[in-house]
Formats: sequence, structure tokens, C-alpha cells
Amino acid sequence: MRVFEYIRVDSVDAAVGMVGSDPGAQYLAGGTTQIDLMLKDGVIEASRLVDITRLPLRGITRQGDSVVVGALTTMEELAAHLLVRERLPFIRDALLAGASPQLRNMATIGGNLLQRTRCRYFRDPAVPACNKRLPGTGCAAISGVARMHAILGASDHCIALHASDLCVPLTALDALVRTQGTGGERSVPLTEFFMLPSDRPDVENVLTHGELITAVEIPLLPASSRSTYLKVRDRSSYEFALTSAAVSLVLDHGRISQPRIALGGVGTVPWRARGAEQVLTGGTPSRHLFREAAEASIINPFTVPGTAFKVELAKRTIVRALEEAST
Amino acid sequence: MTTVEPTTKGSGVALTASPRVNLTMRVNDHRVELNVATYQTLVRVLREELELTGTKIGCDQGACGACTVLLDGRRVLSCLTLAAQCDGREVTTIEGLGSGNSLHLLQKAFIERDALQCGYCTPGQIMSAVALISEGRAGTDADIREFMSGNICRCGAYPNIVAAIRDVARPAGDSR
Repeated sequence: MRVFEYIRVDSVDAAVGMVGSDPGAQYLAGGTTQIDLMLKDGVIEASRLVDITRLPLRGITRQGDSVVVGALTTMEELAAHLLVRERLPFIRDALLAGASPQLRNMATIGGNLLQRTRCRYFRDPAVPACNKRLPGTGCAAISGVARMHAILGASDHCIALHASDLCVPLTALDALVRTQGTGGERSVPLTEFFMLPSDRPDVENVLTHGELITAVEIPLLPASSRSTYLKVRDRSSYEFALTSAAVSLVLDHGRISQPRIALGGVGTVPWRARGAEQVLTGGTPSRHLFREAAEASIINPFTVPGTAFKVELAKRTIVRALEEAST
Repeated sequence: MTTVEPTTKGSGVALTASPRVNLTMRVNDHRVELNVATYQTLVRVLREELELTGTKIGCDQGACGACTVLLDGRRVLSCLTLAAQCDGREVTTIEGLGSGNSLHLLQKAFIERDALQCGYCTPGQIMSAVALISEGRAGTDADIREFMSGNICRCGAYPNIVAAIRDVARPAGDSR
């Protein structure tokens, strides 16, 4: 581990200026990914950590038909909020299905989007081949033991999974990511925020150096909608997803409208299942229709022997989530 | 906040000393002032600087919960918290609950229910249980299991841990 400076700033402008002008500087918020990878695993380095935890980016406010969540709001705080309980129940379910209470008290919503993959080869500096950690060195996971890896959006270059639960319903809802950088502020749809690994697995999102997530804007579900977050995992609690599905829909005289579906545990990025949404729109709930939607969700999976089981498991997860949401 | 002290080694090459930070925090209702290396985690400072060795280092990687303490009343993992981040904050460790003949109800319940074997995870279990009860999440045994899942016990004392927490949270004793 390299030595590093620790600095606390008292304004967003100062934080952005400080990190934006120093290639060796990084933001520090909840630290649950960063301290781990920096101090314990030795996978990432920074010469300066700029602690943003006391900046006024914490809190949840309603703006029209959206809820705006400050980037430093913790997972526990968002899960506990009345508006989330009532109008975004699958967000609450996804939050409480992730990590542990201790980690959820530390981890922030902005940081949740930026959490690094759990791929064991990425997290072990003794492994020489990792295109995400050392571009151009190959991918040890493809020929090694793999299980908690992606089957969608994956390539010969990388099969590392985006492990967030929260990002699955956020992706289904078309949440927006608000940022501030040295060039000003912008708002990016979450569905365009993450980058597929392609041939540059080290580039994970559209943020430029020093660009800070300030808030996440989440559209509220229609009051009449039903939603489910279903997470399938090896242990009943405190475990990452093998597969998961976030589903919301409105039943209008027995017909499905406004279906929104996203998948976790399968993608190199949180995965929107627009094919399934097309199949479902206007349809009448039935196992047959749900299976058809599931088939339309998992197109051209990239599997290795350890992840092949996820193709069928993901489809069954979608079917069950749709059954739960529609009954 | 950060002091970087240049030092000169024998070679005459100026090196940068490990950066340090000053911090003031309240630990178990006592004010402490420290100067620590930026990379020091809260658990290391508690154990090695303040000699509060009740808080344990298990995985040292945020997975096991042995290092659980309360930071401003909320349970967190002290192995993934930089000490520098606790400046101005209030920390409660197992020593802050009780010791000797003056034990916290949960400490007594863990003894009465034999909720441990080796005891290494116990301080973290108890700190987490204190938070669990104040969060209002001990209503059923299933809730206790779910919201204690961040604390691993390799001896497998889970049934007795659940019983001890139930005794304190629901003295009527119904095991729902």
C-alpha cells in the first residue's frame, strides 16, 4: 500500500476541484469497497483520499413524480424512507437484500452504483491476468473457476459481474444519475451510465476523473403498480445474487401495462430486459406468457462451464418474479 | 488536517513521511485526542492506541462482523472505517456497555444462554444486537436471524445467540 493523504472538504465545489485537478486523488465516502480494495487487497491506489461524507449531499426529497436521493444517503436510510416503502417497495426489498446492516449503515447510494466487481481474479493482485485491473493481460476467470460471474454483456475480455442489488430496480425504473464535474453538472440515465466491457473492461462507467455523483433521481411507480424484487442466492441472507429480477407492472382489466424488468446476477452491467417488456405489454398474465418473456430476456448468453446454470436459473427467476408481481 | 512531514534519510534524498491526521473523538463517553497515520482503521486505533481490545479483528475485510462498533449510535464495521473519518464522532465499543460485575443486559443474556463457544465473535455479536434492538428489528426470531446475518459465528452458536437476544428484546419469551 502506498501512503496517502486524507483530506476533508466542506463544499462540493472544493471536492470536485481537488479531485478533478489531481490524477492521484479519489473520493472517499462509505469506503466499503474502497478501503477494502485499497488497504486490504492492494488492488487500487490513491495518493490522496478526499473524504466527502460530510458534504450536504444526504437526504431524500420528492420532486414531482420523482424522489431525489442525495448521493451520500446510506442504504439503510433510503430503505427506511416512507416514500420508498409506499411507492418504491422493490427498491426497499433490493436494499435490504444486499450486504449486512453494518455495511448498509456505511455504504452510500452513490457508492453503490460505483461498487467494484466481486470477481475473485480482479480482487487478487497475485493473479496476473485481469483486463479490468491490468488492461491487456487477459481474463483469468474465463479459463478458471467461475460461478459468481456474468453471462450477459460479457466477452472474451471480461466476465466480471456488476453485483449491485439496488441498481436492478433502479435500472428498471429509468433512474437518472446527477453528477458534477470540473466541466459542470449533467444528468445521465442509469441505462446509459455503465459501459459494457467490450475491449476495455477497465472503463466501467461514463464518469470522467473527478466527476462526482451528487444525486440519483428515481421516478415513482404509479400508485396502482405491483412490484417485486426476487433474489436467488446460495445463502438465505448476506450473500450476493446468483440471479435476481426486479419487476413492476400495472394490471389494467386483467391486461399487463407498463411492464418494467431488469436483471441482476447475470450482467456485466445491471441488465434491462426490454425484450421481456415487449412480450408482456398488453398480455394476460399466464405462466406461458411469463416464460416467453423470460426467453426474450436472455439472448446470446456468454457462458463458461461454471456459469452455464445461470441461463435457466435466470429465466425461472423472471417467471417467478412475474408470478409474484401479478398475483 | 493533514500534515506531511518531509524527512531526510542518510542518502540525502528527501522522502515523504507517512501522512498523519489529528483527530478528536468520544470513545465510550471519554474524549480522546490522537495523531494517527491516515491508513489506520478505527479497529486498529481502538485496539492498539486506546488498548480497547474487546473489539476483535476477524476477517479484517468487512465480511465477518467481529469488529462491529457503534458510530454515532449506528452499527458499523470498524475494520473498513478509517480512524480519520471518526473525527468529531462518538464511538461505543463493548467496553462501553459494561464490564466486571456491571454488565449490560445483553452481556448477561449471552452468559445465561451460553451464546458462545470460543467467544471471539461475541463482542461484535453483542454490539450488533444492541443496535438490532434499538432499530426495532427483534420482533421475531426470523427477524433476529436476518438482521444479525452480518455477524458470523464459526462455532455455530446461532440458536443460543438468537435466544439471548430474544430474552432481552422480548422478555415475555415467546419464540415466534
